[in-house]
Amino acid sequence: MSLLELRNVEARYGPVKALHGVSLTVGGGELVAVLGANGAGKTTTLRAISGTVRRTGDLVFGGKALPRRPEGTARAGIAHVPEGRGTFSDLTVWENLRLGAYTRRGGIKDDARRVFGFFPRLEERRHQQAGTLSGGEQQMLALGRAMMARPKLLLLDEPSLGLAPIVVNEIFEALERMKGQDGMSVLVVEQNANLVLAHAARAYVLEVGAVVVEGTSDELRANQSVRKSYLGY
Amino acid sequence: MPIAAFTWTEFAQQLAAGIREGAIYAGLALAIVIIYRSTRVINFAQGEMATFTTFIAWSLMNQGLTFWEAFPIVLAIAFTGGVVIERTLIRPVENAPVLTIVIITLGLALLLNGLMNLIWGGANVQFHGPFSTRTIDVGGVPVSVQDIGIVAVSILLVGLLALFFRFTKLGLGMRAAAVNRDSSRLVGVRVSWMFALGWGIATVLGAVAGMMIAPVVFLDPNMMQTILLYAFAAAVLGGLDSPVGAVVGGILLGVTITLLGRYVGFIGSTLKLPAALLLILVLLLVRPGGLFGKVAVRRV
Repeated sequence: MSLLELRNVEARYGPVKALHGVSLTVGGGELVAVLGANGAGKTTTLRAISGTVRRTGDLVFGGKALPRRPEGTARAGIAHVPEGRGTFSDLTVWENLRLGAYTRRGGIKDDARRVFGFFPRLEERRHQQAGTLSGGEQQMLALGRAMMARPKLLLLDEPSLGLAPIVVNEIFEALERMKGQDGMSVLVVEQNANLVLAHAARAYVLEVGAVVVEGTSDELRANQSVRKSYLGY
Repeated sequence: MPIAAFTWTEFAQQLAAGIREGAIYAGLALAIVIIYRSTRVINFAQGEMATFTTFIAWSLMNQGLTFWEAFPIVLAIAFTGGVVIERTLIRPVENAPVLTIVIITLGLALLLNGLMNLIWGGANVQFHGPFSTRTIDVGGVPVSVQDIGIVAVSILLVGLLALFFRFTKLGLGMRAAAVNRDSSRLVGVRVSWMFALGWGIATVLGAVAGMMIAPVVFLDPNMMQTILLYAFAAAVLGGLDSPVGAVVGGILLGVTITLLGRYVGFIGSTLKLPAALLLILVLLLVRPGGLFGKVAVRRV
């Protein structure tokens, strides 16, 4: 059984409908990618799951209906790293990590050690304000903060945006290792289709708020129209 | 007004009096800042809320309780009252324009003022504080025990709050909610409740300020009105966004106006407030964000 299942999910911003019935599934421990052009509804799909946009349709997470509000989905075990990373720029790196574990009881030292193991630069900067970090470091902090929650599902929005390729590789490698360690599932939105298909097991392609193609990464790479539109060869 | 010859002893005394004044402004300014930071609203009822809780203390003491017996009860009532006010009056208009909420706080101030007149009558009453008014010798300077007590209680309260905001999960959640609502909700912080907690804490700060100043002045429904003006000035001076600024601003303001009133002949006690506001105006021209505040930068 899949960890997350969306059936006919619709979402709107005021009068503008952004999702016209999206259906997708994410299995336990699976890394799934969402591809699509600007405005296709990729970000909105993540927001519909975490509850930061109003939505209708069936959303089932771990066999139960998914809560409607972000406070609830966070408690259910979903960590959302939004567009723009959502770090608290006025707070220190350490405070950001503490906030990541906000919904959890018990100690956070071991989790923090683990995050610092993945991203040693965060440890060097633990007392620095998050706003003073570089873009790459902020993305690492955002991921680290998400890890602190020990989520069952990580929603990741455009992790490569505005980052140098070498940093992007570092982040995806860390992501793979994190996923391997505790069987977390990942749903990642990414413009860079080549990059994400190298890491994802399966992917969905969105166009104007609906899924138009889905399949394993290999199937998508073999798909003519996907190759033309998103892979560029 | 003739000025007596300057002596260092008297200067030190004035300084002590200024710090005591400032401690009161600091407490109330901190209350204003805590609410402002989270919701961008200036709570004009802060003064009336403080006076109201002080009247409750007075009633309890009339029932035979000592000050320190009444104190924790009043703080509990203040906290609950603050949370209830936020939930019932502010929460329904949370997303309304700031002006709407400001008008509601003004209305609340008038309502509380009316209620106090109704319940306790309009007259001044004597409020017996916990500290004696006799003076003791501190390094050659006579300082009243009351002044020392007021400053000590304020320092203790501000220190406890600082520890709370810095080291507890709830305190961190409140700070997070104040600086970034959306991200806070994503990590599971119940933002709306954090705002209510902020109102509770602010009301407690006001209650303490009220109970500390009431023995110095007389207790009447309008007791806090001038003090609230000074507290606003202190909050702006420190930078409305900064709790540290509110405390520093409060002390600075208290000391400045006390010294100005004493040593600058034409100011005296009548022109203290305008003189203080003029100083703040000049400072804001140089540093628009206040001493510790950040100037909002709009990135396009």
